[in-house]
Amino acid sequence: MDRLLAQLFPSLTETVGTILFIIVVTALIELIVYLVLGRIFKSRHLLVWMLIAPATVGLAILIVYPLLWEMRLSLTNMSLRRFGDKAQYFWVVCAAGEAPQGLAWLTECLFKNFVDVFRLPVLKQVTFLPVFLRTVAWTGFNVVLHVAGGMGLALLLNRPMRGRGIYRALLILPWAIPQVIAVLAWRGEFHYEYGYFNIILTQLGLAPVEWLSNPLANFGAMVATNVWLGVPFMMVILLGAMQSISGEYYEAAEIDGAGGYQQWRHITLPLIQPVLTPAIVLGTIWTFNNFNVPFFINQNELETSDILVTALFRAAFEYNRYGFAAAFAFVIFVLLLAYVLIYIALTGTLKESTR
Amino acid sequence: MTSLSPAAATPSAPARAGGQAGAGAFFRARRGDSPIKRLVIHLTLTLCCVATIYPLLRVLSVSLRPGDRLLSTSLRIIPPDASFGNYQELLADTDFLLWVWNSLMITVGTAIVGVALASTSAYAFSRWRFPGRNAGLIFLLTTQMIPAAMLMVPLYMLALRNDLIGSYRGLIITYSVTAVPFSIWILKGYYDTIPRELEEAALIDGAGRMATFWRIILPLSTPSLAIVFLFNFTQAWNEYLFARIILGSTKEIWTWTLGLQTLQQQFRTEWGMFSAGAILVTIPVVILFLYSSKYLISGLTLGSVKG
Repeated sequence: MDRLLAQLFPSLTETVGTILFIIVVTALIELIVYLVLGRIFKSRHLLVWMLIAPATVGLAILIVYPLLWEMRLSLTNMSLRRFGDKAQYFWVVCAAGEAPQGLAWLTECLFKNFVDVFRLPVLKQVTFLPVFLRTVAWTGFNVVLHVAGGMGLALLLNRPMRGRGIYRALLILPWAIPQVIAVLAWRGEFHYEYGYFNIILTQLGLAPVEWLSNPLANFGAMVATNVWLGVPFMMVILLGAMQSISGEYYEAAEIDGAGGYQQWRHITLPLIQPVLTPAIVLGTIWTFNNFNVPFFINQNELETSDILVTALFRAAFEYNRYGFAAAFAFVIFVLLLAYVLIYIALTGTLKESTR
Repeated sequence: MTSLSPAAATPSAPARAGGQAGAGAFFRARRGDSPIKRLVIHLTLTLCCVATIYPLLRVLSVSLRPGDRLLSTSLRIIPPDASFGNYQELLADTDFLLWVWNSLMITVGTAIVGVALASTSAYAFSRWRFPGRNAGLIFLLTTQMIPAAMLMVPLYMLALRNDLIGSYRGLIITYSVTAVPFSIWILKGYYDTIPRELEEAALIDGAGRMATFWRIILPLSTPSLAIVFLFNFTQAWNEYLFARIILGSTKEIWTWTLGLQTLQQQFRTEWGMFSAGAILVTIPVVILFLYSSKYLISGLTLGSVKG
């Protein structure tokens, strides 16, 4: 309590100070943009640049610069021993005397970390390919179940009935709960003795499952948790889209004698497509990059439950191979980027929204 | 929603479509749903609701158990000897209130800065075709694919060099800027649905571009601004990783995620206090969320369903 009271005033000053600091920096940026583009170059788009300047500077400092730094890091041999001391880590270039020539120089010296991602175990034992395949399975199961569950619930809720508001409010809850809390609560329920999954199994006369130490069961536990967390988002999005469809379509279809499934297939599905496609892309990215669920559910740190992003975290912060982890991070990033670009090219999503 | 959305300001397509959807669905249901079908639907939904809230009720249940009976194989929600002992202990013996206060400060700071940064940039992306616009939008989308762990080493070094370790400032700036891309996409989608005629009328009357933005676009965008505020708020409120690397060593300014995590460690789990804290932290967020969920839905879908 005393520490809270002692901290009250410093907190306020620091928060207000930060906001003031940002306002001053923004004003400076605007002034510079105005002078450079407006006075010197007489740009036609001066107002545009002034509007986007603060966010651009922020993103350049906090996203672009770290990415470039990470790129440089991926070419070095930095690790915990050498952390923070520039002189101690260097580019992964072999010593002049023993440097191999030609292609071998690229794979053994310059891009050694990148090659190592595929060549050596990314953690203690597990190699890249199994982790990648597990991540694909993890993403696939989750997204399919999110969309199926969300679609099912949205279809059930997309009708006038008693208690609809209550159902929706209750079903939204997992989305509203802070994720860390939800995941830690679920982890408790996978406890061998005291978690309710095993209590229910025992009461049904079945053998309890070792959720936290059996690799397959642990993966199942991860998926179950994430499905529970992710369905509400899909449900809300799809319900919103369904409610904006004009009822006339369904009336016309009914007059033509179309059944429920045909109405869904030929009216609902095409009309919610503009919402469904971005939701699936976003859902895939979020699931692929989901850290909290695989990290916290995997309490015993089984390497067989790690997906790419948690393996990345462990490589960097448990094994402290920073240079290697940076290369690993770029491989993951490029995989995801390739997936999204292909998906966008196939569905033409972006054309619509950058119009 | 009705008084704030652009649909209400100019009676255009979405408003009419919404009305008809309501009526259409109503008629369909009255003709189509037999009592048995309705019963099945209610049963299914009830089952789903139970599956949804049961894990949360378990947290509540654990938080109400007295200290000597935390681990129990009973499935009852309200234990027979329920007590608020864990809550008292949490508030008295730990720095829980301090953690919540720290989170609140960081979160409010983040949300204000985040909305300010995104609302102006999104306006530029929505209303002008300038060189680099498409590249910018694609870049914003690309940032969503960066794994959080990828930026941690560089951001830690950046914070270290600028002396931002163990301060709110580092976190507020990091949170608000990393939330900007998604916020811009949401806001841009919403601005796109606001008819340009409204601005043009004001411009003809002699108002400047920024005055138009301030007086016409921003008031009409209240629902989506609320969403972006909420998005920034929840992101920062729930964040764990960056908080750990930036605040990890300074206990006085820990956020609640760091604090509660220490109560739930592998070998020394204070289940009762953890659950009590979880309930206390969750309630305000859930209330905020349910209250704003109407805006949330319209703001997230309007951007995509247009024309």
